Amino acid sequence: MIRTRLTSQRLAFLFLLGCFFFNYPVLSIFNKGGSIFGFPPLYAWLMVSWLTLIGLLALVVERKHD
Amino acid sequence: MLQGWVVVLASFLYLGVLFAIAWYADRRADLGRSLIANPAVYALSLGVYCTTWTFYGSVGRAAASGIGFLPIYLGPTLLFALAGFILFKMIRVAKVNRITSIADFVASRYGKSQLLGGLVTVIAVVGVIPYIALQLKAVSNSFSILSSYPEIIMPAAAGAVPILQDSALYVAMILAAFTILFGTRHLDATERHEGMVAAIAVESLVKLGAFLAVGVFVVWGLHDGVADIFARAAAMPDVARRLASADTPAAYGTWGTLIFLSMFASLLLPRQFQIAVVENVDESHLRRAVWMFPLYLFLINIFVLPVALAGLLHFKAGGVDADTFVLTLPMAHQQEALALFVFIGGLSAATGMVIVETIALSTMVCNDLVMPLLLRMPWLGLAAKADLSGLLLEIRRWAIAIILGLGYLYFRVAGEAYALVSIGLISFAAVAQFAPVVIGGLFWKGGTRDGALAGLAAGFVLWAYTLLLPSFAKSGWLPDGFIAHGLFGVELLRPQHLFGLTGLDEITHCLVWSLLANLGFYIGISIQRVPNVREARQATLFVGGNEAAGHSGWSASAGVADLLPLASRFLGRERAEEAFLRHARQRGLNSVKELPADTRLVNFAENLLTGAIGSASARAMVASVVSEEPLGIDEVMNILDEASQVRAYSRELEQKSRELTRATAELRDANERLRELDRMKDDFISTVTHELRTPLTSIRAFSEMLHEDPKTDLEQRTKFLGIIVSETVRLSRLINQILDLAKLESGRAEWTVTAIDVDEVIHEAADSLTVLFAEKRVTLDLAGLQTGLTVMADRDRLMQVMVNLLSNALKFVPTDSGRVRVGADGTANEVRVSVSDNGPGIAAADQELIFDKFRQGSGGTDVLTDKPQGTGLGLPISRQIIEYFNGRLWVESSPGAGARFLFTLPRQAGDNGKNS
Amino acid sequence: MAHRILIVDDEPNIVISLEYLLKKEGFDVTVATDGDAALHKATEFRPHLMLLDVMMPKKSGFEVCELLRADATMADLKIIMLTAKGRETEVTKGLALGANAYITKPFSTKDLVAQIKTLLA
Repeated sequence: MIRTRLTSQRLAFLFLLGCFFFNYPVLSIFNKGGSIFGFPPLYAWLMVSWLTLIGLLALVVERKHD
Repeated sequence: MLQGWVVVLASFLYLGVLFAIAWYADRRADLGRSLIANPAVYALSLGVYCTTWTFYGSVGRAAASGIGFLPIYLGPTLLFALAGFILFKMIRVAKVNRITSIADFVASRYGKSQLLGGLVTVIAVVGVIPYIALQLKAVSNSFSILSSYPEIIMPAAAGAVPILQDSALYVAMILAAFTILFGTRHLDATERHEGMVAAIAVESLVKLGAFLAVGVFVVWGLHDGVADIFARAAAMPDVARRLASADTPAAYGTWGTLIFLSMFASLLLPRQFQIAVVENVDESHLRRAVWMFPLYLFLINIFVLPVALAGLLHFKAGGVDADTFVLTLPMAHQQEALALFVFIGGLSAATGMVIVETIALSTMVCNDLVMPLLLRMPWLGLAAKADLSGLLLEIRRWAIAIILGLGYLYFRVAGEAYALVSIGLISFAAVAQFAPVVIGGLFWKGGTRDGALAGLAAGFVLWAYTLLLPSFAKSGWLPDGFIAHGLFGVELLRPQHLFGLTGLDEITHCLVWSLLANLGFYIGISIQRVPNVREARQATLFVGGNEAAGHSGWSASAGVADLLPLASRFLGRERAEEAFLRHARQRGLNSVKELPADTRLVNFAENLLTGAIGSASARAMVASVVSEEPLGIDEVMNILDEASQVRAYSRELEQKSRELTRATAELRDANERLRELDRMKDDFISTVTHELRTPLTSIRAFSEMLHEDPKTDLEQRTKFLGIIVSETVRLSRLINQILDLAKLESGRAEWTVTAIDVDEVIHEAADSLTVLFAEKRVTLDLAGLQTGLTVMADRDRLMQVMVNLLSNALKFVPTDSGRVRVGADGTANEVRVSVSDNGPGIAAADQELIFDKFRQGSGGTDVLTDKPQGTGLGLPISRQIIEYFNGRLWVESSPGAGARFLFTLPRQAGDNGKNS
Repeated sequence: MAHRILIVDDEPNIVISLEYLLKKEGFDVTVATDGDAALHKATEFRPHLMLLDVMMPKKSGFEVCELLRADATMADLKIIMLTAKGRETEVTKGLALGANAYITKPFSTKDLVAQIKTLLA
């Protein structure tokens, strides 16, 4: 249960961060040829930022004490 | 080995296992030991979002457009980041209002409108049928592909197969039977299906496992890792284009639209609402799901692009539908077991979706569409029936069958024209129509039933016109002329370029128009009137109030046994019992004892207490009997804040009451003083009267005697006249002094302030009394006078003080041996004058009394006396004068050792000395 | 035989005037200037009548009156209380304590003499 208002606000911040990560214009930065460690830049960016976001979500809701 | 019967057998075995799990979970639920009361199970069951669209379709989509499959999973991730604001509130509202489906939710929000519930049901059924068709298509295709192993043959077009030989029909029938078994074995008042949820969670694990297995096989079995696949793909120009997305505004627009669409779909699809909201056992599970569900989505998508690219690389020649790569790649490499596992994974994805979706839809159809209609038909006599549960189950079973039938029909009619993903998106766009009324309903109190109806209807019509009908037309089931030329040949009405809007993909195009109309009508019609009482009450329940406020929710429960005594403590036993009974009646129970120990009861008790002791205290009180997870720090802070306000308030009250007490005491004192003053005034007047009458008595007596007896001899006559004169003088002096004192006390005395030589004034006063001292043969010693002492004061007044003190001393010293000594000295700040005598002295108790009016020292007793020498006003007047100049006048004495009167005067007079 | 009268007052001029007045009327007069002296003189002088001031040092007129009334040997003594305080309560108090008359200062000499003669008649 998301009970504390602070947690809700932190999550909302991550929502905005995600919206920023997953949309134009950030995407256009990575939307090109070439590769990063053998991965297409866009794919690499989306996977890494997505996983990071999930990690941050976990961090926010699972932290026991502030 | 993968003959048809093996596949069928494996499928049935798998379904049998699922059913056993469901049955076991139901048993456990009945025993009160829930199997699914676990946040991880909740998060896994949310994985029902991933259907065959994900399992097979994502790869197909990736093969077609590269990374374009991903937004469908980024959207839900973002939605769960908003869990605290939207999902939690929805769950809470749904629990409080006993919501059983999304149609119920919308209907309840807008004044429990049956019409609205019906409309939502129709939209949901129509909107979701393509999605169900998609599952049927995927299962039947994968079955026919797998059973033709080792050949890889794409299945024939759906419409081309005679209906009785169409495996999709049998899939639909089997799924219908299975769903009926799952979802309608018995009727649950809460519309919760624990067994189903347990089975869905297991299916989520199976499909994830299957997909990861394919991924690992393709990436590391067939290639040297992901980088290897990307490198090979990059080398092939027509595959390489999938590595990046089209870098155009339209492409980014589509991307954003899909994120937006999937965000709402993951909440508003009937099955998502069912799992996330209705089947939620415990609100606290949402916390874990916030990251676990996105993680699930991440994992199931991690190999999508590599597998898609590998498929493209492997099946260069074409002829293999990219939607089947997950299955055909293992088959092409003779991985029979893996292929079967993949098929089972796909079956999991499909059955999970179909079961939950059709159960949710059948609940809606039954509760919001069929039953309201049946109950309106009086001749059926349904309203009078005691037990309708059998009928309800029957309706739901038929609803499940019909919905799957319609799904199959859509599959036959339109299934071949679209890829899996495109079919799914049509459904997504349909349920997106619920977003304005649901989200708006949670946060905006102004929405009305009419607005919701108009908005939903407008959105639905536009969705159907711009997305559903073209899908029929493309499959040839409708004439496609209206797509190219518009309805009735009107260009502006071309469904995919409505009003000439071009440059958007069909989904975005549909969303722009349908949501615009939806929102416009919802808000526009809503604001035509204020919500009526019913709507307003529901709005309060959904939008505001205790139930919806995230921080005041209870995730745990307590029973009547705990809560009633608690409430009794604050409300009194009788009132508390009365309130609980009322609550029980509201819930349709007969007595307080029947109240279940649930969150609603806890909330009720908290509300009840809030009225009596304030919200923070109520929460703290309820917390004392409710076992709940520990409070978060900011909640504790909230409680502390509020408590400290209460404390501050009570401190204020205490202070007020103390002030009142003090004021009362002061008033009592003042009253006492007034009485005292009144008494003193009486005494004073009485004393003045006495003082005036005494000389008058002598005067009158002697006057009368002289008057009566003219022959009084001369000596007597002279003596009597002398007495009369001196008594008259005394009387005059008395009157003067009384007036003087009155003037001094009222502050109306006139003062002439000048620099005064103290020793000069003392000498002058002494001189004026020389005769009296000589008469009594008393020594006046002025040797102790310092010269040159000056003060700022009124000369005449100071003189008056000195004369008073000297004549006072003279009055009390013995004749002949009497001795009065005057001293004067000074410090930097003040001048001190003393008058000492060798009289009888003054007892300590009388030393202040002598400064009272009309009281004179009497050598040790305090009996009031009449003394011819004085009026008893000299000392009080002297003290008034000295204090006027900020000095002090007092006496030091012990009985038998004489008295010493002292006064001090500051050298620099205060304010009083400055004026005149 | 002349009646004996004891004048009790601490105000010398009043004493002088009363003494002169009553002697002229033919009474046998003695003077006391405080409460104790009054009691002493009362025993010694055995006056028929006493003019008793209320406000005096040592013992007030009220006290003296009370003590005399408690003394059976003084039963025949007539007491006229004199006071400069003319309040009702004091008149009542004096009479209650056994005074035969109560005269407020300043008084008419004629009235006083008439009152004395009435009491002694």
